[in-house]
Amino acid sequence: MSDETQGMVSTEHVAEPRIIPVSEHVVEIVSDSGQGAQKCGQIFSTTSAKMGNGVWTVEIIPAEIKPPARSRAGASGIRIRIGSTYVTNMGDEADLVVAFNEQVLYGRLEQGAFREGTILILENKWANDSIPEIREQYAAAVAELKEQRLNVIELPLEEECLKHTPNPQLGKNMFVLGMLTWIYMRDLDKPLAEVAHTFRKKAQKIIDLNQKLVRAGYAYAEKALNFRFRVDRWPNEQPLVVMNGNEALALGVMAAGIETVAMYPITPATSVSHTLGDLFHKVGGFLHQAEDEIAAIGFAIGASYAGKTACTVTSGPGLALKTEFIGLASMAEIPLVIIVVQRGGPSTGLPTKVEQGDLLAALYGAPGDSPKVVLAAATIEECFHMVVTARQLAERFRTPVMLLTDTNLATGVQPFPRPKVAGEWMPPPIDQSPWKKNLDPFAWDPETGLSSRPVPGQPGGEYVLTGLGHTRKSHVAYDPDSNQLGMDMRSRKLAALQATLKPPRINGDPEGDLLVVGWGSTLGAIEEAVNRARGEGMNVSSLHLRFLSPLEPGLTEIFSRFKDVLTVEINYSDKLEDPLITPENRRYAQLAEVLRMTTLVDVDCWSNVFGQPLRPGLVYEEILRRLSA
Amino acid sequence: MFGLKTDWTLDIPDRYFTLDDYEGNIARWCPGCGDHAVLTAVQRICRDEQLPPEKTVAVSGIGCSSRFPHYMGTYGFHGLHGRAFPVACGIKARRPDLHVFVATGDGDCCSIGSAHWIHAVRYNMDMTVMLFDNFIYGLTKKQTSPTTYRGFSTNTHPRGAWLPPMNPTAATLGFTNVSFMAQTVDWNPAHLHATLLAAFRHKGFSFVRIIQRCPTYTGALCDALQRDPSQILLLEHERGIRLDPQVGRIYPNKMEHDPSDLVEAQRIAARDDLMPIGLLFQDTSRLRYDQYSSEGMNTPVESKIRVIEQELDHYAI
Repeated sequence: MSDETQGMVSTEHVAEPRIIPVSEHVVEIVSDSGQGAQKCGQIFSTTSAKMGNGVWTVEIIPAEIKPPARSRAGASGIRIRIGSTYVTNMGDEADLVVAFNEQVLYGRLEQGAFREGTILILENKWANDSIPEIREQYAAAVAELKEQRLNVIELPLEEECLKHTPNPQLGKNMFVLGMLTWIYMRDLDKPLAEVAHTFRKKAQKIIDLNQKLVRAGYAYAEKALNFRFRVDRWPNEQPLVVMNGNEALALGVMAAGIETVAMYPITPATSVSHTLGDLFHKVGGFLHQAEDEIAAIGFAIGASYAGKTACTVTSGPGLALKTEFIGLASMAEIPLVIIVVQRGGPSTGLPTKVEQGDLLAALYGAPGDSPKVVLAAATIEECFHMVVTARQLAERFRTPVMLLTDTNLATGVQPFPRPKVAGEWMPPPIDQSPWKKNLDPFAWDPETGLSSRPVPGQPGGEYVLTGLGHTRKSHVAYDPDSNQLGMDMRSRKLAALQATLKPPRINGDPEGDLLVVGWGSTLGAIEEAVNRARGEGMNVSSLHLRFLSPLEPGLTEIFSRFKDVLTVEINYSDKLEDPLITPENRRYAQLAEVLRMTTLVDVDCWSNVFGQPLRPGLVYEEILRRLSA
Repeated sequence: MFGLKTDWTLDIPDRYFTLDDYEGNIARWCPGCGDHAVLTAVQRICRDEQLPPEKTVAVSGIGCSSRFPHYMGTYGFHGLHGRAFPVACGIKARRPDLHVFVATGDGDCCSIGSAHWIHAVRYNMDMTVMLFDNFIYGLTKKQTSPTTYRGFSTNTHPRGAWLPPMNPTAATLGFTNVSFMAQTVDWNPAHLHATLLAAFRHKGFSFVRIIQRCPTYTGALCDALQRDPSQILLLEHERGIRLDPQVGRIYPNKMEHDPSDLVEAQRIAARDDLMPIGLLFQDTSRLRYDQYSSEGMNTPVESKIRVIEQELDHYAI
């Protein structure tokens, strides 16, 4: 939204509010933790999707459950970007913000979440707080926000809520939901229905109270505000579903026919298990919360060895702990799906923030050579479908398959075409027929490295799976030829898989001045930035990789058609302008490392570790900087 | 017509398994190692119980004793150091039709894998666990194990192990949901066989600590126990280990112990004067996680699709 609304929005009463049409809007709700800003935003987001808007939602999460109230670092909230087109990322600065106190805004200000003209609806009860210090803080903050030319609208939200509930701390979020419903011209029945669904496990009086507050907020906004925004529908005829990436993973696990999921709670992957905890037993599945990360993957490997393809779900620190078992799965060729929802690292790092920091760990994090398939989902829709792909690849290639997602996908909410679940996505019942006589448990095809595995219960197939070097018969062997052969065969499977892949699609012209290469959740932001630059006549294209091991074919040839190739990633890289950094000692962003190594092209990188989802504006500026240089 | 009674029918099974069917590769343990005796006992049990080799899985970690699966003619899983239990539980969770034996050692179970040990006891899945306790790291050549006796010289503690040894039996009896705990010695084949058979027949997590000779490194420790049966305390009970009375005669110290008495079992396990052998504790009524984990198996694809579609309805817009 441009600055044309400056001065037009206020609480000044008019007979008819001004309706401002916009093609898209970024809305934020920020509060102290535990005040339900996220629930409010989720319902607003779902409502908007159901009203036919494109939507992307991202949560603003503090690392603690209950950080101190009114603390700058404790901001908890949610950002919803709605549009008349398909929305693929969280966008740049917010257009409208609702804040429950002024302190939580500082963190957002520092992160550049607001711009001149951002409308800020601010709880004003702090202006009259009994504690002088709070009154002073409030006055100072409002002055600063106005100084930064935010469009500050101070409203007595709590006072209004008190008219409807004795405990406004717990209901203000629903009141705000009602206000947003009015501001954005949503049908009131939609959020009311969502509230009923959200609280379906609670008592009816809880549902009634929440719905009452939504209606009250709606009526209050109508009375108090003189502006509304109209965001037209996204013309789309397909049936859609709307969910976050972890829900998509959980449903994908079920659609893939995976029956065993073993996990240990770890942010931000855990909520996959919450969805499964509710549903998995209905499809005959079993969710095992193991005693630790290592046991979780061991359990999944046991189930898979016994013929039931299994899955484990984790994040970076858990991935580190699982490394030895991943090596075993690779060595002993056990099909296994490993979902890694990446967060900020290293060590405990930024548990609730996003980073693409585990690519190299996924590819190489093992003693010895441990080839495996590594995929990365770029959208929430892909979180669903790629689990199906991962399971099939794991079985077909008798190998562990890692599926990387990240916090941005895990907590982002986006509509996508409703999948049509097919029986072929699921594995056939386990084979218990007698094993083919004289067929070794590792009867590798010398060309592809593929072999089929006997499953316990198959008479005549008895073999001992081992993590030691072994022969085709799975007999322990330390001799040079056996070890070389086994390593060759396991590695060859990746080449065999790569031979079945198509070169990646290029967004934009197949040649030009600059090619931006990305992977994972940054797809939407990169393409938005590239398309914007292209619209302004810049000769830039982009390419997004889903297969990281094996890499999609044809990259060297594609890269050769561009003057420059640049990866855009959210992980660490040295900057050439930094002290002591030279082209020789520079540590590149992770995909750039891989691409430089495999293509021998001088691939550059642009990355940051802000812990934030990538903003299209930043990518656009970088493209601009490079192409105007 | 040939003098056979008409009501006498000969029930010939389709398949009959002999000891040969349970033989895998040739065991490569040291001569005189107690592991050989355990292997023989397990193979006999498989034969006696006529376990189809394809329905039997031997799971292990890493260590001397963890080579066990390689020497069985059944399916086997020789995995990672300390991690036999998670794998075995994963197998059993969704394949309750398989007979699972776990071979683990004092380093594998009581040191690197100790978290899994605690929880595997608590899960109480139906499997037979053999803790080969030889008081030493053998495969890596004589390092102190959690059960190494205080003062015993090893390569990591040449001046003698400094810490008191862990008591795996007492520990196991302290874990929540323990359902079967027995102790035996590798040099008494009759007691070893009877104990492992009782463990196999127990429906739940049967944990057997086998005091086991390592002639290469800790021979002296077991020699005394072996040569002087008065250092052993034989536990007897009508619900205990069924033993030929002749075998029991060599042990002068006997004790009547009711295996349903957990507190008494803990008291016996904690004794440091005599080494108890026999069934310390058994409770067949404990919760079994494999009964929970295997629920809903074989749900038809159509019902799965129906459930997923219903859930997608909820997310539909």
